[in-house]
Amino acid sequence: MMDEILLLDLVERYLEGNLDESQRVQFDAMRRQNPDIDNLVVEHQMFLNDLAQYGERRQFKHSLSETHNKLVEQNEIIEEAEVKSIAPIRQFWLRNKRTIAVAASIAGVTALAISGLMQGIAPKGSQSYLQQLNRKMNQLEGVQREQNKKIDQLIDSTDISKIPDKVQVSAGTSFLIDEDGYLATNAHVVAGSSTLIVVNNNKEYIARKVYEDAENDLAILKIEDKDWKSVGKLPYNVRKGSVDLGEEIYTLGYPRNEIVYNRGYLSAKSGYRDDSMSIQIAISANPGNSGGPVLDKNGSIIGILSTRDRQSNDVVFASKASNITLAVEALRKDTSFQDLNLPKYSSLKGMDVVKQVKKLQNYVFMVKGY
Amino acid sequence: MRSETQEQEIIDGIARNDNASLEKVYKENFGLIQNFVLNNNGSYDDARDIFQEGVLVLYEKSKQADFVLTCKIKTFLYSVCRRLWLKKLQQNSRFGVPIEQMEEVVPVEELMEEKEQLDMNFALMDSTLKSLGEPCKSLLEAYYFEKKQMAEIAGQFGYTNADNAKNQKYKCLMRLKKLFFAQYKQAE
Repeated sequence: MMDEILLLDLVERYLEGNLDESQRVQFDAMRRQNPDIDNLVVEHQMFLNDLAQYGERRQFKHSLSETHNKLVEQNEIIEEAEVKSIAPIRQFWLRNKRTIAVAASIAGVTALAISGLMQGIAPKGSQSYLQQLNRKMNQLEGVQREQNKKIDQLIDSTDISKIPDKVQVSAGTSFLIDEDGYLATNAHVVAGSSTLIVVNNNKEYIARKVYEDAENDLAILKIEDKDWKSVGKLPYNVRKGSVDLGEEIYTLGYPRNEIVYNRGYLSAKSGYRDDSMSIQIAISANPGNSGGPVLDKNGSIIGILSTRDRQSNDVVFASKASNITLAVEALRKDTSFQDLNLPKYSSLKGMDVVKQVKKLQNYVFMVKGY
Repeated sequence: MRSETQEQEIIDGIARNDNASLEKVYKENFGLIQNFVLNNNGSYDDARDIFQEGVLVLYEKSKQADFVLTCKIKTFLYSVCRRLWLKKLQQNSRFGVPIEQMEEVVPVEELMEEKEQLDMNFALMDSTLKSLGEPCKSLLEAYYFEKKQMAEIAGQFGYTNADNAKNQKYKCLMRLKKLFFAQYKQAE
């Protein structure tokens, strides 16, 4: 091992031009006499080239996204197009619309028939086959916390906690979708709670539910707390385009009182029973992960983790990110929410996951329902 | 109209990672490519990805000593991005896709083959480095990418001296090479 290291060191210094004249002449002679050494030099040079090329490309990709974000912010480039005449692809679509529509409807009928059959076969009471991944606080735990809190208050008579005099019923995860304190989470995380507290970095804020879409299991919360300060530009965005099977994904959430990272992959483009507004992912998720962001490798949000199959732990469903976009569009019709804007760019692109997660932590909150 | 020398200066700037040159290329060409992609069934995200892929091809070409740009940067980028977008559309659809051609194009087939090879190498090195684990990954990155001195690396990673750090670096490099070539054989 040691000899190998010494030899490699010699080869590397030779390639870098760090040998003095006599050493270099000696090494050249060695190369000529010993084909193994000559091979090693060539192989190592090629490998170092590949490695350097990889490093440069990675760095350049990073500069590209930084330049993009910078120029957009300075309004030097604008992300919109002048749509000229109808482009050929649209003409093609218009010409063939009838044929395509007929083909699509046949496919649709078949799909309907199949899913109808499936539902017929599947046992009744589908909801119980899915487990919602919020943490339900059992009564005892709640009572105990209540007592602990009272004790805390006795010790420290100034009431610093915002926790109301009620028993906690649910806990989950949420994440910011606008720097002014708008959060996305699951509808089931906040269902049945009259008071909501969100927590990040041990700081608690009072929040209010401003939107609910129970069908797609989405709720939007707004932090309404005098202690809340805007966190500045969000580092991630909400992905608009379609997703691909097998894409690497990860999530952050609060299955415990500590933030927890998990990774997995996209296993199906639709959710439970072909639900087209959700996706299926393979990831280890536990109660408390509900409402957590599902991100792709570029740090763009593709969904909100919501339920898992009771029978197999690796089958987890997430509400599609497009539901957030729809919710925001609906909210913005109300004048009091016109300042709500989804982040457009991810500055996490090109970063490795460790760095992405480090940045994200400040934007993912625990939700407690009372 | 810019002279050939001015264009070459920008290319040289890109090759030495000069931010001002990159910004210039970005400002002058992004709009054209974005329009093209959006007008051909793409999204804003698609436009950004395709444009950045195109500039990446220009960057990697500019690094080659024998590279001479035989057309305008704009034509080069448009031709490359157009080809990349066409390919993406074809992958996503069962129909052949007719695409409107707004600008002059230069042949890019050879470039595309080169790019595919580079993409493959990149993906391979990426997954190998990730499977290497820590601290090896960061150690190699500090030396080979960030070009830090061994003494500094020793301090950062908690080795007693530069020689120890260097030995560790070589051990990591040998593991990386082994993993890389094993994966390379599989990929072949």
